[in-house]
Amino acid sequence: MKIGGLLLLLSGWAIVVAALLLLHSGALSAFIVAGFAVEILGLALFAKAHVLISKDNG
Amino acid sequence: MISGADWNYPFTFGLCLVFILLVPFAIAGLALINTGLGRSRSAAQAMTSSLCLIGISALVYFVCGFKVQGYKFQPEFVGPLYHNLLSQPGLFFLGLGPGFASLAALLGVFSVALASLIPLGAASDRWRLSAACASTIVLAGCTYPTFARLAWQGLLAALGTKSGLGSGFIDAGGSGVIQVTGGLTALSLAWLLGPRLGKYSSSGMPTAIPAHNGVYVLFGCMLTWMGWLGLNSAGAILYAGLPPEKSVLVAINTTFSAAAAALTAAAITRIRFRKPDASLIANGWMAGLVASSAGCATLKPATAILTGLVAGALVIFAIEWLEFGLKVDDPCGSISVHAVCGIWGLLAAGIFSGDPGQFIAQLVGVATLLGLILPMTYSLNWLLGRIIPHRVSADGERQGLDLHELGADAYPEFVVHADEFMQR
Repeated sequence: MKIGGLLLLLSGWAIVVAALLLLHSGALSAFIVAGFAVEILGLALFAKAHVLISKDNG
Repeated sequence: MISGADWNYPFTFGLCLVFILLVPFAIAGLALINTGLGRSRSAAQAMTSSLCLIGISALVYFVCGFKVQGYKFQPEFVGPLYHNLLSQPGLFFLGLGPGFASLAALLGVFSVALASLIPLGAASDRWRLSAACASTIVLAGCTYPTFARLAWQGLLAALGTKSGLGSGFIDAGGSGVIQVTGGLTALSLAWLLGPRLGKYSSSGMPTAIPAHNGVYVLFGCMLTWMGWLGLNSAGAILYAGLPPEKSVLVAINTTFSAAAAALTAAAITRIRFRKPDASLIANGWMAGLVASSAGCATLKPATAILTGLVAGALVIFAIEWLEFGLKVDDPCGSISVHAVCGIWGLLAAGIFSGDPGQFIAQLVGVATLLGLILPMTYSLNWLLGRIIPHRVSADGERQGLDLHELGADAYPEFVVHADEFMQR
């Protein structure tokens, strides 16, 4: 779960960078927002993994 | 935009140097805040760690960090020696040349020292001194300069010219470079270290572990104000190209944002708890300063106040959300103040510019912080923890870090260890 979160964070950033390198104008903004949304999902997953670890440790 | 022809060089250089020399006040203030919000039995260790981290971060940054960061904003002053990442050995071997590159190096040394103290607040009362020193080497030599390079002269700075997104990523005073980078490192360490002993009950409810010295905390806030005036003003000149005579606007924006945030925090705590909460007001003040940095050169005073208002409210709810929802034990509120409100400051600079392209540029900057810097700092600190364990032993934590790590208490003549909140 933790690794999944980290990978989603990195993937989101990769989407943002790819959009900057490959796209222009309207599509660019849409893909940047999409990449950012993927990062938020990754961050939520990453945080959730730590909450579970914290609960397991008592 | 600054250029050699427009500038009164000696005046601008002197003014900028004076601004930069104010920044150590922010470092001293943050060290006091971290110490005051921590426990009395770890106070000397907190201050000692602060001094060690300042020293390590300054040296590491000067040896290799500035080389990674680079400074090529003003090539007519800088010369060719300082900005070619691959072909030059860096300032450590070449020495400081004349011009604004030397000022940028000095500001960088102080800024990275400030950033290095942010994780200390989140990891307070349980982080070993040796591990803190090792982690600071990673921060000053790798994560900080990587994002500084991207934000001030790399991909993000070029978003305006290459991708048509406003004026490119705006972060004049370092909301992202200094504060969010430090705040995300703090978050990583808080996750890796886990909560302090006795912080959460068996049912998962957090226990209040009060600050040991409110006066340190509040005086620290006043010192950081002075430091922030210098930090934002120098950053605005060196990295946003603000003409020196507009530094007044920077000082006004910085002060208004901090004032609005502190008053918002006071009002919210007054309404919710019937009495204003000193440590949350201090966190509100810091949140306003942090949020002001990104747009200090571009915001209008009215929008700076709005930025501060939101930061003051945001920091209180972020602290509660981290403590209750995410079970992150952050004794000094460092993550909420520096990471959350730093991100808000970056977004506010885009929102209040009135240009959708500028907001997207700021979003790209935040995406880089979350998608590149957070995984980088988390992974490097995790690896470091395999070699040098971050956390002190449980016995050491119960004993207090002063005795355990330094062998002497900060307040030897007083019996101030109250363990009644600890589970037996």
